[in-house]
Amino acid sequence: MEVRLQTAPFDPGDLLSVFCAERRETGAVVSFTGLARADGGTTTTLWLEAYPGFTDLEIERLGRGTIARFSLQDLLVVHRIGAIEPGAPIVFVAAAAAQRRSAFEAVDQLMDYLKSRAPFWKKQSGPDGECWIEPTARDVADAARWD
Amino acid sequence: MTRVLLFGRLSDIAGWRERAIEPEPASLSVLHQTIATLDPILGEALTGPGVQAAVNRILVRGDVALDRGSEVAFMPPMSGG
Repeated sequence: MEVRLQTAPFDPGDLLSVFCAERRETGAVVSFTGLARADGGTTTTLWLEAYPGFTDLEIERLGRGTIARFSLQDLLVVHRIGAIEPGAPIVFVAAAAAQRRSAFEAVDQLMDYLKSRAPFWKKQSGPDGECWIEPTARDVADAARWD
Repeated sequence: MTRVLLFGRLSDIAGWRERAIEPEPASLSVLHQTIATLDPILGEALTGPGVQAAVNRILVRGDVALDRGSEVAFMPPMSGG
């Protein structure tokens, strides 16, 4: 498992190619890429804040649970922090497993947890000003599906 | 010295992200009282829905004793991805 927090942009295709390389016992790799949305022009910049030394450890803790629950062979989480323009990737998750079903479910679960249980705080800036985005009732319910 | 960190909207409310509190509070509840005396609006925000605390980078619930030199982080509801 690897967890990376980075301010630099990333290319999800490059990450996926490297993640898939040299896997002779993996039957399935499922990946998810989350992009920053413009929300009809109301968002010109997203600001992602983390708690270095805590956020990464919490994601590793969540990831260990996902690996154990879905019998994953490997897991990669890359999450951007800092200023992010609409259209740019924010988060990339890839799971490797022997069978596809567990890889699909693992990525679904970890993304639900990252949305409302990983220590990030997200501020939206646009023509109408700034506001902090808090998890929606839907985000909370999505994560609770796995409890 | 107790190091206090604020994240998300809490740092906007306070106007700071990191601050040293002296004399060192013996517990999280004493720290909270100290902050509420300095800044009542922030003090109220810290008791708001979904605000969690971490002491030395471990999430805590309720009141806990604070060792010397502790790092206390107050975190509003988390939103990643």
